[in-house]
Amino acid sequence: MTEPRAPQPLVRIRNVSKHFGEGETRIDALRAVSLDVFPGQVVALLGPSGSGKTTLLNAIGCILEPSGGSMELDGDVVYDERWLRSDLRRLRLDKIGFIFQFHNLLPFLNATDNVAIVLNLAGLGGGEARKRAVDLLDYLEVGNRRNAFPAKLSGGEAQRVAIARALANRPRIILADEPTAALDSKRAGIVMDLLRKLAVEQEAAIIAVTHDEKIFDRFDRIFQLRDGRLDTGS
Amino acid sequence: MNLAYRDVRHKLGRFLLTCAGLGLLLGVVLAMIGIYRGLVVDALTIARAPGIDLWVVESGTRGPFAEASRIPGDTREAITRVGGVAAAGSLTYQTVEAEHQTRKLRLYVIGYEPGRPGGPPRLIAGRGIVRSHHELVADRSTGLGIGDRIALGRNTFSVVGLTEHQVNSGGDPAAYVTLLDAQKLQFDLAPPAYRVQLARGTGTAIRDTVNAVVARVQPNVAPDSVAESIRRWKHLAAITQEGQEAILTGSLVDRARRQIGLFTSLLLVVSAVIIALIIYTMTMEKLKQIATLKLIGAPDRTIIGMIVQQALALGFIGFAIGATLISATKDYFPRRVVLEADNMLVLAGIVFLVCLLSSGLGVRAALRVDPATALGG
Repeated sequence: MTEPRAPQPLVRIRNVSKHFGEGETRIDALRAVSLDVFPGQVVALLGPSGSGKTTLLNAIGCILEPSGGSMELDGDVVYDERWLRSDLRRLRLDKIGFIFQFHNLLPFLNATDNVAIVLNLAGLGGGEARKRAVDLLDYLEVGNRRNAFPAKLSGGEAQRVAIARALANRPRIILADEPTAALDSKRAGIVMDLLRKLAVEQEAAIIAVTHDEKIFDRFDRIFQLRDGRLDTGS
Repeated sequence: MNLAYRDVRHKLGRFLLTCAGLGLLLGVVLAMIGIYRGLVVDALTIARAPGIDLWVVESGTRGPFAEASRIPGDTREAITRVGGVAAAGSLTYQTVEAEHQTRKLRLYVIGYEPGRPGGPPRLIAGRGIVRSHHELVADRSTGLGIGDRIALGRNTFSVVGLTEHQVNSGGDPAAYVTLLDAQKLQFDLAPPAYRVQLARGTGTAIRDTVNAVVARVQPNVAPDSVAESIRRWKHLAAITQEGQEAILTGSLVDRARRQIGLFTSLLLVVSAVIIALIIYTMTMEKLKQIATLKLIGAPDRTIIGMIVQQALALGFIGFAIGATLISATKDYFPRRVVLEADNMLVLAGIVFLVCLLSSGLGVRAALRVDPATALGG
């Protein structure tokens, strides 16, 4: 009888470092950071300004190449020499969803098209992409605002549409940069519950940078960053 | 999903306003090109009007347009007898300022011999001159109508016919009269001055002079060879039609032509800079959106496509507005504006190229945007 296999981390980081500049102007933004995030987990990155939270998020999001260390996303070792810029773009498209502080919806597309565009970019046709976008908006309970442009959406509605966009390609890793900063505590709680539900249902790993103390209890683990070093998660 | 179209549709009013502004600018460029072409066409119109092959003028001059030229009136008979000449006619040219219905009218009076080369090329109303005296065929731009009467010198002329597009290089409309009337208008002295001349004993000055004799050569005869024969007379110079046109464009309107040409070139450069700035600004306003697109995985070609398509749409719509505007208003300009299809195509090509190059600036800025700028506030 075989023993059940231990789950593999979706994000596996070992001794990742990142520095900017050289000599006297050198700044070490990340120093030998290691962490694992597993499917279904919702983790927070905390730390004061300049502690390296955003740098770490950018590195995991494949938009900033680390200076050293190794990183695996959903089993793929990234940033070794075989990766091209276009490969990283494809990896972002297929495996990573982004949620922003200020939703960053494209102002010239309505809610449905803001979600459908990600599916279009992944190669799904117009009609089918729109249908799936509408399903996602319904799932996130903003289906009634499917034809509204971002300027006409409330903060909570816009953030839900942004979450729908992040989920459109069913990514296994969702990176959120201050996802509740622009929301009141009630809506912040709703959004975090939603992210938790998604993490569980879609077996995704959610990593959020936040300063929002009122949602700390919604995370499975909290990692504290100080001067580019990571404290053990609590 | 066409992002360029969606973005334009979202801010349609602003985009159309920008297009309209660009259209006005391109309209001015088109107008300048039209004025430039009009200047050249106007300069050649009178020279081309007689439809002849040779100009016989005073020796040592490049008349009758670039320089003054006076030759005896009987020269025409001599030229008619030169081998290879099919027909010849005497012409005089002079600018006259007359008064008509309380307004000043500048006329370029052309005296010709009815029935011989040199008359108005095509009448759009009325008839040609049939009487020896006091009849006139005017260009439509004079504002004169059939039956109008106008005083030129000491005589009053009746307008019997109208022609069009017959102006001199200065833009003054042409008025055709008989050679005899023109000579009288040009060379007759006022009575007091004539009396003074008579008292001096020089009152019998010869009036039968003309500015040029034009000739049509027979088919299969080279105008150059006939011109060569005429040049043997030491008091005459012969210029082929081709040579006359070269004198007109190379000498008479050359400075004005170059001035307008240079101004048009400057205007084109200014337009190019403005187009580049508009497109660059349009792109810079979208940098955060472009960063977001890159972050969510949009390939470079999607972003390039969005910028280039908008730039080309801006140029195309702007050009269409400018071309429509000038086509609709060109006839109201004081001087002729000639819009030729090839000039418009060339400008359209330049606008296309400028838009493409300008979008290159925007594309460069867009491709340099770090997707990370989409994160954070």
